[in-house]
Amino acid sequence: MNDFVIKAKALDKTFGRRLVFSGLNFEFKQMGIYGISGPNGSGKSTLVKIIAGLMSPSKGSVKHILDGKEIPAEKLHNYIGFVSPYLVLYEEFTAWENLTLFSKIRGVQFNKEQTEYLLNIFLLYDRKDDFIKAYSSGMKQRMKFIFAMMHSPMLLILDEPTSNLDEEGKGSVYRIIKEQGENCIVMIASNERTDLEQCSTQIILGDYKNIPAGG
Amino acid sequence: MNKAYSLFLKDFRSELRTRYAVNSLAMFIIVAISVILFSIGNERINENLTAGLFWVVIFFTAMSGLARVFVSEEERGTSLTLQLVASPSTVFSGKLIFNLVLVFCMNTIIAVLYAALFDEFVIRNFALFFCTFILGNIGLAIASTIIAAIISKAGAKGTLYPVLSFPILLPLILTSVQLTLFSIDGTGFEKSKFELAVVICYDVIMLTASYMLFDFIWKD
Repeated sequence: MNDFVIKAKALDKTFGRRLVFSGLNFEFKQMGIYGISGPNGSGKSTLVKIIAGLMSPSKGSVKHILDGKEIPAEKLHNYIGFVSPYLVLYEEFTAWENLTLFSKIRGVQFNKEQTEYLLNIFLLYDRKDDFIKAYSSGMKQRMKFIFAMMHSPMLLILDEPTSNLDEEGKGSVYRIIKEQGENCIVMIASNERTDLEQCSTQIILGDYKNIPAGG
Repeated sequence: MNKAYSLFLKDFRSELRTRYAVNSLAMFIIVAISVILFSIGNERINENLTAGLFWVVIFFTAMSGLARVFVSEEERGTSLTLQLVASPSTVFSGKLIFNLVLVFCMNTIIAVLYAALFDEFVIRNFALFFCTFILGNIGLAIASTIIAAIISKAGAKGTLYPVLSFPILLPLILTSVQLTLFSIDGTGFEKSKFELAVVICYDVIMLTASYMLFDFIWKD
């Protein structure tokens, strides 16, 4: 079992003069499923981007600690899986090409068995040689889960994970989230009641300032 | 370096399928050289003008295609995906390799067309021209890549690229024009030492500054 910890200290984020959130502190020490909820514009996506290292906070810091050592920012991408509606895969490549390319660019060994397993559970194995541009929006969403999980990340961040998915798709996503929650930290940013029901602890972002810790 | 090479291969295969940059570069080379040929007509142009026009075509061709490495990622929305699979230094190295290959292919074609179509473009010191060509192309690729990364985050990308590139590339272009002139009139390496040193320094400074800056440019 890996000892992976996320520590956020005094996080503030402003866009120009607009304060999105301030004084946010939290620490996730254990494997499990954590939720981030709040009204539209409360900064859920901004917060998950900051946690993933894709955006800098205006003040404060987020530390990712593995076995007592902080993971340097330039290596963070290898420990994180990220799914969001605004994530776009390369449409001129097939699903299989996308996944092999990502492994090579990451510099990790392409795990064929793990990839085939994920393609099967997300019902995309038969379409793995089709170009992404030929996929429906639901299939693209399922493909993003494979992209996020193919390198077995320690932190799986899911921003609105069930958008564009039908009931069957949602069912398989919830099943996967439960499985992953036993092996890594899963964070779900969503307003969907059924998404948040999967979470043991929640951070509720207030209307725009000073965030109370939920859970 | 393997990761950067894999990113280059991704861009190369993507370019083969989408022809995002190659078509505009090829069209620009053909159009620019044709316009110069038509406007010159039967006039003889001097060596100064020949060397200048050679680098004018190179500069504007670079402006028409080299920004695509980052602009295409931003326009398609795949920048975030790239941030999730690679470190900033890998991204910059991969994009730089792609632009280096593109610049060398593009400028080789321009040089061959120039040699075939312009009687005045006769290189008397080929070794010097070769050094200028290599060093100038490296500087052009580095500067174009980092400027492309900057403008890809901006609104008016198309207009901003040549405007921002001009002052940054000016020392390189002016020195390269001088060195090309030296290679046309057969000046030796001894007299070209200063200009060669300027181009080498430019390349080293641009490369160092680009790697230092890219982290801040790449992250929102």
